[in-house]
Amino acid sequence: MSEDLTRLTAADMAARLVAGTVTSVELTQAHLDRIAAVDGDVHAFLHVSADDALATARDIDARRVAGEDLHPLAGVPIAIKDVVVTRGMPTTAGSKILEGWVPPYDATLVERVRAAGLPILGKTNMDEFAMGSSTEHSAYGPTRNPWDLDRIPGGSGGGSAAAVAAFEAPLAVGTDTGGSIRQPGAVTGTVGVKPTYGGVSRYGLIALASSLDQAGPVTRTVLDSALLHELIGGHDPRDSTSIAEDLPPLVDAARRGASGDLRGMRIGVVTELDGDGYQEGVRARFAESLDLLRGLGAEVVEVSCPHFEYALGAYYLILPSEASSNLAKFDGMRFGLRAEPAEGPVTAERVMAATRGQGFGDEVKRRIILGTYALSAGYYDAYYGSAQKVRTLVQRDFDAAFEQVDVLVSPTAPTTAFELGAKLDDPLAMYLNDVATIPANLAGVPGLSVPNGVSDDGLPVGFQVLAPAKADDRLYRVGAALERALETSWGGPILAQAPELEVKP
Amino acid sequence: MSTSTVDLVDYDDAVRRYDPVLGLEVHVELGTRTKMFCGAEVEFGGDPNSQVTPVSLGLPGALPVVNRTAVEYAIKIGLALNCSIAESCRFARKNYFYPDNPKNFQTSQYDEPIAYDGYLDVELEDGTVFRVEIERAHMEEDAGKNTHVGGADGRISGAEYSLVDYNRAGIPLVEIVTRPITGVGERAPEIARAYVRTLRDIFRALGVSEARMERGNVRADVNLSLRPTPESPLGTRTETKNVNSFRSVERAVRYEVSRQAAVLDAGATVIQETRHWHELSGITSSGRVKSDAEDYRYFPEPDLVPVAPSRDWVERLRAEQPELPVERRRRLQGEWGYADAEMRDVVNADAVDLIEATVAAGSSPAGARKWWMGELARRAKSDDVELAALPVSPAQVAQLQGLVDSGRINDKLARQALEGVLAGEGDPEDVVVARGLEVVSDDGPLLEAIDAALAAQPDIAEKIRGGNLGPVGAIIGAVMKATRGQADAGRVRELVVERVG
Repeated sequence: MSEDLTRLTAADMAARLVAGTVTSVELTQAHLDRIAAVDGDVHAFLHVSADDALATARDIDARRVAGEDLHPLAGVPIAIKDVVVTRGMPTTAGSKILEGWVPPYDATLVERVRAAGLPILGKTNMDEFAMGSSTEHSAYGPTRNPWDLDRIPGGSGGGSAAAVAAFEAPLAVGTDTGGSIRQPGAVTGTVGVKPTYGGVSRYGLIALASSLDQAGPVTRTVLDSALLHELIGGHDPRDSTSIAEDLPPLVDAARRGASGDLRGMRIGVVTELDGDGYQEGVRARFAESLDLLRGLGAEVVEVSCPHFEYALGAYYLILPSEASSNLAKFDGMRFGLRAEPAEGPVTAERVMAATRGQGFGDEVKRRIILGTYALSAGYYDAYYGSAQKVRTLVQRDFDAAFEQVDVLVSPTAPTTAFELGAKLDDPLAMYLNDVATIPANLAGVPGLSVPNGVSDDGLPVGFQVLAPAKADDRLYRVGAALERALETSWGGPILAQAPELEVKP
Repeated sequence: MSTSTVDLVDYDDAVRRYDPVLGLEVHVELGTRTKMFCGAEVEFGGDPNSQVTPVSLGLPGALPVVNRTAVEYAIKIGLALNCSIAESCRFARKNYFYPDNPKNFQTSQYDEPIAYDGYLDVELEDGTVFRVEIERAHMEEDAGKNTHVGGADGRISGAEYSLVDYNRAGIPLVEIVTRPITGVGERAPEIARAYVRTLRDIFRALGVSEARMERGNVRADVNLSLRPTPESPLGTRTETKNVNSFRSVERAVRYEVSRQAAVLDAGATVIQETRHWHELSGITSSGRVKSDAEDYRYFPEPDLVPVAPSRDWVERLRAEQPELPVERRRRLQGEWGYADAEMRDVVNADAVDLIEATVAAGSSPAGARKWWMGELARRAKSDDVELAALPVSPAQVAQLQGLVDSGRINDKLARQALEGVLAGEGDPEDVVVARGLEVVSDDGPLLEAIDAALAAQPDIAEKIRGGNLGPVGAIIGAVMKATRGQADAGRVRELVVERVG
């Protein structure tokens, strides 16, 4: 039996492409075959763009043969979360309201991916408009966790994380508004990075909460994330909130971290992100990881961020407020679903109401109603206004903490993957999944989740690293160091511990 | 009382018994090359939906970027209105659902305008200067344009369907809001009109907009309330939307004064509401009632960073401020040699630009004024249009005066030529040729007519021969009659003297 190319890291695929020992067509086809074999169960993809991907692969192979200077990741396939607009490729954001919509333009990050010659395998599943922590709120059915098909893959970017964990793609793009890259990473045993706010262009991301959304890499290794982050990141004049500076050297930082030396690095454990509500196995793995980091020379101290306990509440006011406005454009007037009222006159107002009534799912409606209320005259100061004040306090907590330490760490998610349907009727329990990831979004600082073991239930857990704004390189240094130490102790990557998926012909 | 008739109080009576308070909100479309938040190029009259991008269509994922030139124009307007310029200010989202509003929120400044606390001195018809306090000037984007098909008069009620053109969506606007304008008394309509016109002149002087009223580049919302005396608290106001000519501003104010006075006289209360202006009938009608239910859920636009114009930039723009209308009028009056009263009439007739262009096209200032303030002003009045709306250009007026100056036509013929121009017969040159209006300058036909006149009036001929030039006018008159006015009277006189001498 020939080697399974899908098991390689993206960096190894890139190296083989450069060496000429594999072609992009072979890699792309291997992943398309894998998708065909397992995605019936996993359901990571909403759309597979096989022809488009193979066309790109052939083009890159030809250009490589012609001796053209190519991007280091040229020819390595990638999957894109369906919240990112792709010209000529359906984009639904997991919602019925956009079913069949084919955008006439590419997001900036997609332009960069295409320009670098990465074949796009397709669009990955997600909670509708990225609202959720389980991908169960997708209008097209849930994605299943490759570790246990009865369990959730996290959310909202469960599709991207599951695709990478199931070897359906070596690289994926996710978006993270309150943890939608990091929490799925934790519960699927993959790596996910939320860059500094403004580090990756939001142009072409279907906005959930504009002041919180960030796109970032979803991969199996820290180095692969750094490679993808460098490709999609950097200034974009079409996004006013984009940082007008070069990214710090991320790939270098990952390589440096992998050398295993963390001497001089001060690591702060956030007191408030541990304890009650965190599963025993999660806490145990976290403590072990701290020991490993100490062993690599890092100094580990406790740091208190007293306002983090209010972060979740503030987040669930700011997010719905912004979302209620961002989602107003889905009205059946210009694109996407258009529904007419069942009876009575067909006026614009009534078509808008019918379209939104039919097109949005319950969680989306819930948040639109919450946000509309929070922004209403007379309530604005009490809700949106207060939430913004809490946001400032959370930012100050970070500022104060980063005076003392270089990075902050915590478990990424309080629990391992829960069973499908377990929290569907309890939104508050669902929201608590993001308790550790939300503060970074409120403050705009970068965060990374790296798998740091398997809990007592046999499911993976994640370790979160947070760094000051624009110091994303620190995430990669610490993340790569921990990853190397853990893999040495395990004798291989964490996904080797995952059960094999049944391959359907 | 029938619902179709509205009680009105005679205007003079109304302002004797009530004190009107004005408030004006003027929107100006900036003449930037591209839109407020995207690179879609803006041109008047393009095919529907040909000037759009994902941003101005509000497509999912699109993000706004502030147009720097629009900010510069807004600052220029703020400086011309003696405003403070914000060191940092933000955009907000004004949320409301309407098909011409592609994102279903309008990106507009709300509580942080770029310019605030200014004033504008407005010169009235009699030369009085009235100061209008400016509360703010803020940036926002225009909406698209709805066309309702199948109903009566393009109204939405009864229409079969509606079309939306998003070319206008996202065009940068600056909205200038006054503080309540008090102390206007019976001159409220005149002050409102003069204020809007002065703003229009400023927009043009600054070069920030073509400011063409007829294209809707400048749109005014007129707020008006009445109170029993200047000492009373402010009354309930109405807001009459989209009053788009100077005359209409004046008429809308007059109408609302008369209407509100009648409401108050009847012991009723004025409803705080938006009213529509009806250009043809010159009345306002009730629109939507403003109530607490109207909640735009403003919040700071998270897709944009604050606009923070550097003080250097603001000071540079201040130093570069061009000549503003008042200074310009003073300069032009000097150049043209008009008396104060003449200049005031020119200003009140909105003829400054027209005369300046006519002079630039070669006319003498006196000649330019003669035509615009005479024949053309009469014509505009009888047609009930603005001077600038007459179908004659400054260049044509200059050409007309040139024909007079060169002696090819006299004033009487020139009036006929102008009539032809207004009737669409072409330039004055063309009309003169086509209508055969040229002064007869060939001596042959003149001598023939003179001889005939002298022969017909032998007694007069005798007197002239005797050296008495007094009755020469009778001969000239006869010659003019014979040539149907096309003779040059001066030349006729010379020839008569030669003939008899």
